[in-house]
Parts: sequence; structure tokens; C-alpha cells
Amino acid sequence: MTEKNDFKRLQARQDAWNEGVEKKLAKYPERKKIFLNTSGIPVKRLYSPLDTRDLDYLSGLGFPGEFPFTRGVQPTMYRGRYWTMRQYAGFATAEESNRRFRFLLEQGQTGLSVAFDLPTQIGYDSDHEMAIGEVGKVGVAIDSLEDMEVLFDGIPLDKVSTSMTINAPASILLAMYIAVAEKQGVNPEKLRGTIQNDILKEYSSRGTYIFPPKPSMRLITDVFAFCSEKVPLWNTISISGYHIREAGSTAVQEVAFTLANGIAYVQAALDAGLDVDAFGPRLSFFFNAHLDFFEEVAKFRAARRLWSRIMKERFGAKNPRSMMIRFHTQTAGCTLTAQQPQNNIVRVAFQALAAVLGGTQSLHTNSMDEALCLPSEEAVRIALRTQQIIAHETGVADTVDPLGGSYYIETLTDEICRRAEEYIRKIDEIGGAVSAVEKGFIQKEIQESAYRYQKEIEKEERIVVGLNRYLSDEERPGRLLRVNPAVRTAQMERLESLRSKRDSRRVRQCLKDLRRAAGGTENLMFPILEAVRAYATLGEMCSVLREVFGEYRQVSPFA
Amino acid sequence: MNNHRKIRVLAAKPGLDGHDRGIKVIASALMDAGMEVIYTGLRQTPKQIVEAAIQEDVDVIALSILSGAHDYLFPKVMELLRERGADDILVLGGGIIPEEDVPALKACGIAEIFGPGTPTTTIIDFIRSRVK
Repeated sequence: MTEKNDFKRLQARQDAWNEGVEKKLAKYPERKKIFLNTSGIPVKRLYSPLDTRDLDYLSGLGFPGEFPFTRGVQPTMYRGRYWTMRQYAGFATAEESNRRFRFLLEQGQTGLSVAFDLPTQIGYDSDHEMAIGEVGKVGVAIDSLEDMEVLFDGIPLDKVSTSMTINAPASILLAMYIAVAEKQGVNPEKLRGTIQNDILKEYSSRGTYIFPPKPSMRLITDVFAFCSEKVPLWNTISISGYHIREAGSTAVQEVAFTLANGIAYVQAALDAGLDVDAFGPRLSFFFNAHLDFFEEVAKFRAARRLWSRIMKERFGAKNPRSMMIRFHTQTAGCTLTAQQPQNNIVRVAFQALAAVLGGTQSLHTNSMDEALCLPSEEAVRIALRTQQIIAHETGVADTVDPLGGSYYIETLTDEICRRAEEYIRKIDEIGGAVSAVEKGFIQKEIQESAYRYQKEIEKEERIVVGLNRYLSDEERPGRLLRVNPAVRTAQMERLESLRSKRDSRRVRQCLKDLRRAAGGTENLMFPILEAVRAYATLGEMCSVLREVFGEYRQVSPFA
Repeated sequence: MNNHRKIRVLAAKPGLDGHDRGIKVIASALMDAGMEVIYTGLRQTPKQIVEAAIQEDVDVIALSILSGAHDYLFPKVMELLRERGADDILVLGGGIIPEEDVPALKACGIAEIFGPGTPTTTIIDFIRSRVK
């Protein structure tokens, strides 16, 4: 550490240096009058020990694996094991997705990540009117336990960990996963994986909500309670900033809104009578890796520090595992251009590097053609290879938090913490994240940032290579991956046959039990699991819940 | 352009896709350019969109979709507009739409498809050149 006296001398030298630079500026002006990162934080010409003089190493950074976890959640980070390379996949039917999963597992992947189609995410069976045109398009169509059995056929659920991107009907899909495991003879205590189960960011950013906030929060805390007892290794939620950023937020807003949502879930669980250390260790997070490299590295570090303090100081957590943010990262889909798509390989590589330097636990790298269509197999392979090159060839994983102590990174980490805390305070004043969503506050903030970003590109204040500078005429890649529209017909036939062969009396009884439970206060996971076992469909269960809970309507964004 | 009446645009998200960053950015840009924009919100059926367009007496419908369901939903909107005798409304599409799908969409009456990276000014200019 630098002594006080040294800071004085340093300040004098730096002032002198600055004066010299200022004189030269008339002749050699800088590229811009003011340099701002994506959050609007001014970037100074130079950072020196003077910028980090107030930083207390032990309370601000600490050691990896120790509070406040700024430098990482594990003591050895990637020296022990690389991050999990988990590519998101799934499309068309359960059969087709099952083939893709088995292929990935044969290639040595140990984790699966399931994409569901939009009707599944919004609680409609494939034969519903709203599902026309959407079945199997952006993920796999799951209507009942039967589809789930096909999806995981031949995949030992005690051996793999499975991440499922599902939110509004997360409890139903989790129940289906548990029921498939039961049929394989696998005890739920052995199941490992994550359900996204984060409804608040759906209202503000991604749009696959079904029910209003209050019953949605109950469904989530019911999953917390159920899993802490029956599925103890399962990550019960993935609190997601990814979609908030994709919707157009800045890095600071991503941290702030994600943690504010996290606070809302913890508070809801406490209000439901759960103990913070019973569910705290099973909370996981999901962040975006955007383009502003150092801002991103600092963002991950800031999020870890902030959350650990929130859990410890605000919620009184005792278990250090409740205080750590373990997170998955995905590179920023919204930064990919349809123009010169090969440039996207480079963008993704830098974003992935930022995620690794920021200490992510798992990573999805986007494919270069994602601004055009579903990723082709070749593009997925390059995306995965990008991670493998970072891991094995660059040496960046050989020491823990290699950018820790950088004057710039530490200053930026502090600044992101400070600005995110300000937002969290504001959201507290509004009454928490649920109120902030209901009043449209979070949506409005994100929307304004998105529009500002677009205007910066159009005014060429922000350069996007191949889009607003260095343009070239090029041919768009052909052979795009397409989903056969016949998927819907196949799903409809399967539904029809399911409905004719299942015990319809038992299904009716289960749906009745579900309705009664929804109107009361008992944990909904139990009646949902019963209905799933009886082969009630996702659409049938959701429509019972819709009748009891009602449906959410979006706040008008231009009011 | 008629000086007594602003150009009226219905910005719509057909289908189940919830990615509304693009349509909201465009809606803001059109408003800044002096147009009147009615945003339908998410999850609109083609029928609801056509109803709203007629009710609101719009000059333009701007459809946005990223889920791949454009191949069904866009032509359906055009079909219903024709049925209602409202096919004089200028219809634009945007989102992630493969180039190979564009000819079919234009053949069914969509005036233009704007892909990712299109400046909002291009869309504004296009609307002004077509709505008199």
C-alpha cells in the first residue's frame, strides 16, 4: 500500500503531468471531448493509485471465495476447473431435440440447456389458436409429461445437469422433469440443474409472462420451499439481467434491476416464512456480456460485491453460500449484426473474454448468424470453439481475477456499485421491484436507454463496424436453419392421442385439486406434480391457473 | 403529406414473441418525426391488429416479429385487411426475417421488410414517400 505522504507526492507529479498533456492538446487533440462508457460513466484519460486510494482491500475486495466475493466465488476459480461451457439448444419436436442433446453429450458436454418454444413458455398447448405459427420455432414444444419423456429419453438424469429457460410455467416444467426422473428411478435429491423461474424480468424485458405479479411470486416461492426440502441440489431460480440488457438497459441498470428483482424474491420468500439460508444458496444469476470490455469486467465484480452485502447486511444471511452470486453469462445477442456476420465471431470472443475475466461460472457464446436465424451447426461449433480457445490457449484462466487491482477496473467497479445502489434505493422508495414494474418505472428506464443507444449509432457517435462504418457489399449466407411447420401437426396428433388414452377422470380430479389449491395457500408444487403424473397438459394446468389468478396486461410504454 | 393531419401508425407485435425493443425504438423515432403512433402491446392476433388499424384509422401498420412466425402471421394480417377492404393501409414488417422469405411476404402485399440494423430514418423516409 502507498503511504499517505506518497499520495501527496504522487498527486503533485500527476498534476504536473496533466498540465503538460493539456498544453499538448491544442496541437494533438483527443478523439473526443468526453469519453463515456455505455452507462454514461465518464472515462478518464488515466487512472493511477490516486483513484484507488480510498479502496480498502479487505472490505472492498477480499480474497476469492471470501466475502464480499469481488474477486470471485471460489478460492482457485479456473485453476481448478474451467467454467461450464453450456450452449442453449432446442427446437422443433422432443424427438429432434433429444437427438441434438444426445449428440452434445456424446461430444463430452455434461450440461444441457433447454430452449422451449413460445407456446410452452406462455402456457398454451400446441393446438391452441395463439400457438399457430409458433410451435417448435424458437425451442422445443412440450405439451405434457409424454413430450418430456421423449425429450430426455436415454439421458440419465442423475448424471447430467439441466438448465431450463422457463419462467411463467416453471413449476410445471420442473414437475415434469421430476416425474421423468421418477420413471428413470432417479431420486429428486440427485437432480442437478436450474430453472430460470424469474418472472419479474419477463414483465420488464422479455414478455413471456402469464399471471399478474402477486400469484407469480407465490409460484416462485413455492418452488423455493419445495426444492429446499425435496430437490436440494437444484438451482431454484436464475435471476436474469441478460434480458434486461438485451431489452436495451445499460450495464449499471442491468446490475441494479437484476439485484432489485433478487431483493424482491428474497423478501417474498421471507414473507412466506422461509429461512434465508435455506433457499439463499440455491439462488443463481444470469448476466449479459456486452461490448464495452472493461465496463463488463467491472460489472461482474460489482454485482458480486453488492449482492453479498445485500444478503448479509439487509437480510441477515449467515451462510457464505447465501451471499455469493454464482452466475451464468451469455454474450450479447443484441450486439450482433446481420451485416458482415463473420465480424460477430470477433465480437463474441471479446465478450466471452470479459465474462471469463469477470469470473463467470458458466458461459454461452452466441453464434455468428443469430441476427439472421436460428444458429447453424457450423456457427454453433465456432461459438463453442471460441470458449475453448480462451480456456486452453490464452492463459487468462491461470490466475484468479487477473484484472483485480487495476486502477481503472477497481475505480469502475466502485462506480458501478455506487450508481447501481442509487437505483436500488430509488426502487426501494417506489416500494420494491414489483411496484416498480407495475408502475412501469423499470420498463421506461430501459426503453430510454435503448432509444439513446440507437440514436448514438445513427449519429455515428457509436461506431458499429460493418453497420455504420466500413461497410461492404456482401452476400447473405444461405442454407439457414428452418423449422418444419409440420411440427405443429405432429404435436396436435400427439395431443389428440394422449387425450384419448389417459385416465380422463383422474385428470379432471387433479385439475380440480389444482384449482382448489390455487385459491388457497398450500404449496402448488404438490398438486402440479400430481396433475403432471396424470398427464394433464401444460395448457390445461395453465388455464386453470389463469382462471384463478387472472392474466397480466402490459403497462402502456408510451403513456 | 397532408398538413392538417399527422401520419398515423399502428405499431404491432403479432404472435407470442415478447422482444419489443425494436418496435418501441421505432415507435419513439416515428413520434419524434412527428407521426402519431398507437402501440398495440404484446401478443396480438392478426384479427386484433386489423381491428385496431381500422378503429384507429391508421395510414400505416408496422409489424415486428423475431420468433420466426412471420411466415404465418404476416400473410394472415394481409388476408384479413383485404377481407375488411382496408388493404389501402401501408404495411411494413421488421425483425429477424430471412432474406429468402422476403419475396413471398412482398407478394402478399407487405410493402417493405426492414431487417436488423436498419436506421430509423430509412423507415421514416419510406413512410413519408408512400403516405400522401
